[in-house]
Amino acid sequence: MPMREGTYGLLAEFDTPGELVTAAQAAYGTGYRRMDCYTPYPVEEAAEAIGFHRNNVSLVCLMGGLLGLAAMFGLETWISVWAYPLNIGGRPYYSWPAFVVPAYEWTILFAGLSAAFGMLAMNGLPTLYHPLFNAPNFRSGATTDKFFLCLEANDPKFSLTDSRAFLEGFRPVSVVEVEY
Amino acid sequence: MATKDAPTNDPMLDPVTGEYRVIAPGHTFRSVTEKISRVVLTSHTPVGWFGGLLIAGGGAMLLLTAVTWLFLVGTGIWGITQPVAWGFAIINFVWWIGIGHAGTLISAILLLFKQSWRNSINRFAEAMTLFAVVCAGMFPLIHVGRPWLGYWLFPYPNTMNVWPQFRSPLLWDVFAVSTYATISVVFWYIGLIPDLGTMRDRAKSRLAQYLFGWAALGWRGSVRHWMRYETASLLLAGLATPLVLSVHTVISFDFAVATVPGWHTTIFPPYFVAGAIYSGFAMVLTLAIPIRRFYHMEDLITLRHIDNMAKVMLATGGIVAYGYGMEVFMSWYSASHWEFFMMWNRMFGPMGWSYGILIFCNIAFPLTTLWSRKLRKNVGFMFLISLIVNTGMWFERFVIVVTSLYRDFLPSSWGTYKATRWDYMTFVGTLGLFTTLFLLFVRFLPMIPMSEIRMMLPQAKVRTEPEPLREVGD
Repeated sequence: MPMREGTYGLLAEFDTPGELVTAAQAAYGTGYRRMDCYTPYPVEEAAEAIGFHRNNVSLVCLMGGLLGLAAMFGLETWISVWAYPLNIGGRPYYSWPAFVVPAYEWTILFAGLSAAFGMLAMNGLPTLYHPLFNAPNFRSGATTDKFFLCLEANDPKFSLTDSRAFLEGFRPVSVVEVEY
Repeated sequence: MATKDAPTNDPMLDPVTGEYRVIAPGHTFRSVTEKISRVVLTSHTPVGWFGGLLIAGGGAMLLLTAVTWLFLVGTGIWGITQPVAWGFAIINFVWWIGIGHAGTLISAILLLFKQSWRNSINRFAEAMTLFAVVCAGMFPLIHVGRPWLGYWLFPYPNTMNVWPQFRSPLLWDVFAVSTYATISVVFWYIGLIPDLGTMRDRAKSRLAQYLFGWAALGWRGSVRHWMRYETASLLLAGLATPLVLSVHTVISFDFAVATVPGWHTTIFPPYFVAGAIYSGFAMVLTLAIPIRRFYHMEDLITLRHIDNMAKVMLATGGIVAYGYGMEVFMSWYSASHWEFFMMWNRMFGPMGWSYGILIFCNIAFPLTTLWSRKLRKNVGFMFLISLIVNTGMWFERFVIVVTSLYRDFLPSSWGTYKATRWDYMTFVGTLGLFTTLFLLFVRFLPMIPMSEIRMMLPQAKVRTEPEPLREVGD
């Protein structure tokens, strides 16, 4: 991957979730779109403020579940009817009620794995390096007790001076320029 | 009561509701983070931890010895015989799986019911689930006699051109337990990721930074990530709930589908699930009570938690009692000679003592004392009762497996069952293995989910209006 250079964005640090949400709402209202909030626990209002309303994890989970159900039920039917038919106490080869239990388990297995790995994939994780980790105050706060708003440099509205002034208006603890 | 209205200055009592608080007042985001992460990040390991590891590790060595000898010699070293071909292995399997279920119940079902008090205990309850499943899963494998061929249980294309038989509950078990183990690992790890991020950022030593850094997958707390994360957690909880109910149901089918008197009954699935949760909560208490004391976590795992868990035990214990009653009733009402004899033999036969222990430990003692609010809040008493219930639930499985099998239809094929020292060593060994894994967990991973505790603090609420004066506390 080619090294990128320059500014990743401007990172404002806040002490409370309320201040963060106020700033994020204003930034979205002013027309910033490429931005993100970083919080030590989920803050739903901040996601709403930056226009992130829905996600597709449930859809992936549903697809996974259906795949698991179809895969196991199909496997059981194929094995019991065609591949290796066994006469067990005179029961029909296609004893679907007995097939329900493993099919049910695989529905849950595939749905759960899809939800977990789908979530990670959509989040772009694992990503062990991220420019934000370069910010001096990010790692000491973002996963403990501070609330961050980052306006990213690839936003058309972004300008080092104006965006900084805009963020300073919300009286953050600090505004830091983050390098790639 | 006269004392009820007396003014109290106990800071743990909420002045509005009069209930015990879930978390002691006065904590900040940073203080809970520091308190929980310090246990892991400190370079001073408490001496008591080493002592515990020594004893538990010794137990795990017993298991290693017992299993090695088993692999060399075969299952003949155990007490299993005809007609009791299912001995300690299956008793321990069902017991351990049942213990695991409370972890899933706490992490999944209580999450769906929005019982936020669960946040303090869910991480180590989930860890308990994992380690209990490790212990449980081993027993069917070593009981098959040739464990190195254990993969034959799974459907896979092979040169023998044979496939498993999907009408058997024993095969259903394979899928239920393997799914349960997988989903438990995933749920637990997904829950750990944000905390691993915190640990990465707080670790001082280079090695810890590397290891936590890898394990955290680069978590940085983006709210977009958090929203997907919350959806995924909720979905996993929603999936784990029917899963946990199905696992013990399927295990009970191993018994209920057979025609043996004492097994062939429709009460088994709900009664197994309730029993699992009963013993599982007892095990959570057995673990939580020493830990909160040893690591001074009384302000995060409070009396409210212990009280709530005691109430869950009371409720599930009631269901278990109903199950016992219904078994006795049905053995009479079915008008089946065999069923009636089985119940008489279970109560008064040569192994009647085990039924007595069962009734005392699961019904007579806990279901009379747990009604008392005072006793529920007595930590020492709750520790005692958790041990008693765990013993009782082990004997329940003993009663179900052994007293049903050793005298079935034909008196000419009656026998008896006596566990050998290898059986005991294997059982004690799994207790050692479980404790060893648990000790390693509390030392190397955050045992209480920090991000979820932060959410429970009053300052976590978003206030976008100018803050009222009393909130400005700096």
